[in-house]
Order: sequence, then C-alpha cells, then structure tokens
Amino acid sequence: MITRRRLMGTAAFAAAMAALPPARGLAQTATPLTRTIPSSGEPIPAVGLGTWITFNVGDDPELRAECADVMAAFFAAGGRMIDSSPMYGSSQAVVGQGLERLGRPDALFSAEKVWTSSAADGPAQIEQTRRRWGVERFDLVQVHNLLGWEAHLATLLEMKAQGQLRYVGITTSEGRRHDLFEEVMRRQPLDFVQLSYNPLDREAERRLLPLAAERGIAVIVNRPFRQGALTRRLDGAPLPGWAGELGATSWAQVILKFILAHPAVTVAIPATTRVDHVRENLAAAGGVLPDAALRERIAAHIGAL
Amino acid sequence: MSEWWTYRLDDFLLFSPRTYWRLFAAQNTALWPLQLATTAAGLAVVLAILRPSRRAALWPGLVFGLVMAAVWAFTAWSFLLQRYAPINWAVAYAVPAFFLEAGLLLLAGLVSGGTVFRRADAVGGAGLALAVAGLLLYPALPLVSGRPLASAEVFGLAPDPTAIVTAGLLLVARGRWLAVLLPIPLLWCLLSGLTLLTMGDGQAWLPLASAALVAALAVTRLVPRTAGR
Repeated sequence: MITRRRLMGTAAFAAAMAALPPARGLAQTATPLTRTIPSSGEPIPAVGLGTWITFNVGDDPELRAECADVMAAFFAAGGRMIDSSPMYGSSQAVVGQGLERLGRPDALFSAEKVWTSSAADGPAQIEQTRRRWGVERFDLVQVHNLLGWEAHLATLLEMKAQGQLRYVGITTSEGRRHDLFEEVMRRQPLDFVQLSYNPLDREAERRLLPLAAERGIAVIVNRPFRQGALTRRLDGAPLPGWAGELGATSWAQVILKFILAHPAVTVAIPATTRVDHVRENLAAAGGVLPDAALRERIAAHIGAL
Repeated sequence: MSEWWTYRLDDFLLFSPRTYWRLFAAQNTALWPLQLATTAAGLAVVLAILRPSRRAALWPGLVFGLVMAAVWAFTAWSFLLQRYAPINWAVAYAVPAFFLEAGLLLLAGLVSGGTVFRRADAVGGAGLALAVAGLLLYPALPLVSGRPLASAEVFGLAPDPTAIVTAGLLLVARGRWLAVLLPIPLLWCLLSGLTLLTMGDGQAWLPLASAALVAALAVTRLVPRTAGR
C-alpha cells in the first residue's frame, strides 16, 4: 500500500525538485498540471498535443473533422501546446483548419519545426508553415532532428530577436544523436529541447534531462507511448494497485504520470485521434504524481510486461 | 537527412492504416463506375495477348501500350498526386516515375518491335495468371482482410494492382524494351510492400512476392538471350 507521504516524495526526489527553479515545481492538485518555461517564467500546461501520424489525414473531410474535435476537447480540458512539423505530411494544414473551425483559440501555444537540409530554404519553409497554421507568429520553432541545425538556429535566434517568434528549440527522437544534442544544449541559448522519453526509453535521464534542468531549458517529451506501441502492448494487462493511488485509470495515464514526475520535464505531447483519449491524457496531468521510488517500480513493472 | 542509418523503416510511416485505406475508398467513391471500365480494359489487353492476330501481329503490343500508358498516367494523377502525396511526401518522387513509365509503355507500343506478344510460354503463362489475379482477385482482398469493400484496390485506379498487372503482362512480351519497362513496376511493388509491411498489414507480401516472382522469371527470360549473343 502506498501512503500519501510516500507519493509526495523521497529524499532524493525532493532534492531533485529543490534543484529546480521555484516556479518549476510540481503542482500536485492543479488540473491540468502547469509547468514553467524557465527562460521566460511563462506557465504552460504540462500535457500538449502531438500531431505525428494522427493529424496526417490528407483531405479526408471526416478525419479532418475528428482532428478538429480532438483539438476542441484539448482546449476545453485546458491544453495549450500543439506541436507539428513540415515532415508530418498534411498535419500542419489539418491543424490550421482545426484552429479556424475553433475560432483560433487564444490559449494556443504553437510549436513548430524547421526541417530542411538547405539553410536558404529555412525561412521560406517557416513562412509556408505559418500560413498553413494561419497564425501571426509561432510561439516556438524547433530545428527538427538537428537537420541543418547551425544555420537554422542562427535563423531562428534572429527571428526571435526580431519578435517573429517567442522561443527557439531543437528536437531529437528515439535517442538519436544525443552526443551532438548535448553539445548544442551546452553552447546555444535554447529555450526548449524536445526528445523521446518514457518508462522504457530512459536514455535522456542520464545526461540530457539533468543538463536541461541545469541550463534552464524547457523539455518537451515526444512519443511518450512509442507511437501507441507501448499502450497496445499494455492493453489488457491489469493496472497494479498503486495506479489507483495515483488516480490513474489507464496505462496511458500511468506512463504520462511517470514522464511528468521527472522534475526536468516541462510538457509531454502525446498524439491521439480520440476525444476520450485527449481528455484522459490531460487528466493524467492532475492529481498525484509518483515519487522517485514509485517511478522505478513503474518502469520495472512495464518493462516486465 | 543526416545519419540515415539511425532511422528505421517505421520512422518514415507518416500515416495510420485507417487513413491509408480510406484513400482508396475516397478514390473509388469519386470515380465509380470507372472501375468497371479499367478492369474491362485490362481484360481486353489479356484477351488481345491470348488471341494474337496473324494478320496484325503488332495489334496486341499497340493495345497493351495504349491501355497501360493511360492507366499509369491516370493512376499517377488521380491517386498518387491527388490523394497519396498529401499524406506521404515521398510519393511526390514516385509521380514522375509513373508518368515516365506511361511514356515508355506508350512508346514501346508504338514503335515496331517494342513489345511483341506471341504465344505465351511457361513464363508468359505465369505472367498472364498474375495479371488476371491482379485484375480480378486484387479488388476482392478487402473480403479477406475485413476492410470495407469500398477500399478495394482496382487496376487503373490504384497503383499496386496496376503495377502487378503490368509486370505480369510484360512477362508475356518479347522485345528489346522489357528491361526498360519492368524496373518501375517492380520498384513500386517493393516500395508499396515495404510500406504495408511497416503498417503491419499482411497484404504486404502480395506486392513483394509479385515483384520477386516477376523479377526471377524475367531473369530467366533475359539472361539466356544475353548469354547467346
């Protein structure tokens, strides 16, 4: 049986929490959980919305309407950050259409990427992306998978200085190029990094997450469910008793709580095509989060299934 | 993209199986009853090849060239460009290849000795069987897989059966153009098979096995001729 006291933190976990800027601490009862972007102090809900695969539905009107419903549920539940990329096929246009249908919610925190090997093509691609979203400017633009990162970062930092975007970041996924990623984190004035992290993919815990906390860089976690493979793998497996103590009613919530309980994580961006799942994901960012010891148990339990 | 070796095949799967199969449903709904016409045209080519006229020996080659050029160009424009490319940017690179194949098929049908069809031997018989299966059985696959019948892939409207039927019929053909006309249909079958494999769809083995079969049989047809020179 897990006690409230244990959930609230072991000494090690508390120490990790204390190392972070004060506003960055975990809000245990807020719905949804809000984190702080270290470089600005701006609060941001800790669960965002990814669009990889799920929003790439082409011109299919029925599927586009489903995506808009997901976005509506996302904003209604208090979500803000939507993340996409030029690599994701029609996802940008689908996001743009959804935003238009929803009357362009003020709550939106737009997170995009630049993804081209050509330095010269970067600005034109960002502008094309902006038109697809139908926004005046992006809140965040990231260099996708470090492709052409030196030139694009220079472009993005200049755009930020000109007020054409608010935050600059870099991304990686599934553990790629962590050495270079770390080097860029150390040398460049980044606001955000985006990386893959979940109970089974914990490489980021070794260097990148501590470095982000140390450097005051916000962390976006992509592929929290391994593109759905992880939740499908756990489908049907009974939730352990401690899941109830956390207020988790699904494996997806357990996984999100595991991720969000890491003190360096700012936002997790699960992707989904279902309204009930987007509500469930945002609900995971409320209530109790596991302490360090329970996070180990979660990882071990999921790894054994 | 740098460090290609760090990517897996499924990193390039940009869409869900549901979205993919709905492309075919949308294509079929928009173009019905064109499916009947393209299938009939394909069967007409098969019949022309099966019953070559002694008086007009070039007739099957001409019919083959005209029909196949039309379906390759139409599939490229109506499906690849209009429907598939928006969800898969890599397909934009396949569109010119489809139009190139259409041009080559047309040219081979028009020039003397391009694609010549005589009585089918064992290799040609296997090719004909593959083509007929592509025309009549491929559209019925949803009945086996449990997908809606509306998502059927039909020759002339969908790339996989179009490539398989073309490759099968090319096995019946003699002439200098075989080595030029086969690579694009086979490469498409390989690409589509890998895509379906990444989607976890058992149907992946049909384009892959078709391409392997045609490639193996084409080698038996081409190699002795080359060796004899």
